[in-house]
Amino acid sequence: MSTVMVVTSGKGGVGKTTSSAALGAALAQAGQNVVVVDFDVGLRNLDLVMGAERRVVFDLVNVIQGDAKLPQALIRDKRLETLSLLPASQTRDKDALTEAGVARVIAELRERFDWIVCDSPAGIEKGATLAMRFADLAVVVTNPEVSSVRDSDRIIGLLDSKTVRAEAGDPLPKHLLLTRYDSARASRGEMMKVADVLEILAIPLLGTVVETPDVLTASNLGCPVTLHNPNSPAARAYAQAARRLLGHDHFVGRQQVRRGGIMSRLFGKRRAAA
Amino acid sequence: MPIEALDRTSLPGLRVRGRNVIALVLAPEFPISAWFAALDRQISNVPGFFADRPVVVDLAAILEGAPESALVILEGLESRDLRLVGVEGVDPVRLEATPWRRLASILNGRDISLEGRAQSRRRDLATPAPSLLIDGPVRSGQSVVFEAGDVTVVGAVASGAEVIAGGSIHIYGALRGRALAGLKSGAEARIFCRALEAEMIGIDRLYRTAEHWGPPLHGRPAQVRCDRDALKLSPLV
Repeated sequence: MSTVMVVTSGKGGVGKTTSSAALGAALAQAGQNVVVVDFDVGLRNLDLVMGAERRVVFDLVNVIQGDAKLPQALIRDKRLETLSLLPASQTRDKDALTEAGVARVIAELRERFDWIVCDSPAGIEKGATLAMRFADLAVVVTNPEVSSVRDSDRIIGLLDSKTVRAEAGDPLPKHLLLTRYDSARASRGEMMKVADVLEILAIPLLGTVVETPDVLTASNLGCPVTLHNPNSPAARAYAQAARRLLGHDHFVGRQQVRRGGIMSRLFGKRRAAA
Repeated sequence: MPIEALDRTSLPGLRVRGRNVIALVLAPEFPISAWFAALDRQISNVPGFFADRPVVVDLAAILEGAPESALVILEGLESRDLRLVGVEGVDPVRLEATPWRRLASILNGRDISLEGRAQSRRRDLATPAPSLLIDGPVRSGQSVVFEAGDVTVVGAVASGAEVIAGGSIHIYGALRGRALAGLKSGAEARIFCRALEAEMIGIDRLYRTAEHWGPPLHGRPAQVRCDRDALKLSPLV
């Protein structure tokens, strides 16, 4: 049984691509067969973050238009056998994507993989709506600041109305991944707190990824942070998020956050893992 | 192919559907320059207020005093990019040979709206008004429009979302977006919310933006109602 998971946010620059690569790698490290699909046609980045930019021959648009077969376009990760990448085209734009074409590619990917991670482009236009269209599950990436939170709220509204699952009357599970979080700044009131964001978005928290230089270093080296430095706080947060997605770990509920339990929970677990 | 040559039966069936739309009604008053100044202030305070909303102009108050000012007012409204869809309170003959001639003759919304309002006032308590229940939050960018009666939201109304109701609006959560009540029931409508953090609230034809109420009410449970042609906000205890 395969799961199509869209990683989306509305706003750009919040960490969708980094999170797609890190979650994809973490799921693959847990033994799942994973493909990460770049839907950002025209502005592809996922190949860089995953260190596969020199191996791209065919891409998503080629497969959709029938110029290449799916296995020709899939790039298997050199570090993790169970992780693959379906890159986007850099020379085309989002109009090259069609709903029927995306549906066919997703159906084909479902036969080969346990997890299909769709890295959505920013915005609410065609690329983003097609990335979420066939999802079984959504990860909403949000930064603790007001514009990112409002854009995420807008995206949640679209996830509840424009996906195939939602149109069939079956609510799409949505999880919040709070990235670039700095608890010191939040406690000084310079940044929104986890509880503030959860209060507005009202969806379960998949994880909180703290702001750390490791993330940028890993991206620049073309290696998902969960592979590059598995002991960094960010890598552990992604690994824990992956365990939650696999049902191996509990979600952090809203009440627990209100009781101030989240940090002790996260850090307590982290210490236990270390 | 000329139309006559077509077999009548080959023509597609014409589908006509009815649709209710909500128009904002503007009723200019004397002195006109002061009224336009107030309108400009509203538009600059809340730039999206009239955006793409149909507007009906009620000229009854103006025409009693100075019938010749009708054209000035209509020109003034059009120059502010308002989407005029109707003109009320004026004899269509007076707008003959102006671009607004058809606007005056096609709309007869006045009688219907008066009737609707009178009915709602005389409403038999045994037959409750219809209401709409939204069992979850209203997300940013979503617009809930329910002209027939009250709207209840079990959750928050996000910043950038709007709820528009014919009657009252009940929000069991924070109101961070816009809430406009009383489109049908008029001044007797109210707005209730668990936390007032709204961008804009309105009842009947009155509205206020967040800067009109101070920090004492912000974030608190509140109710909004009409009191002698003014919006009154008060904390709910």
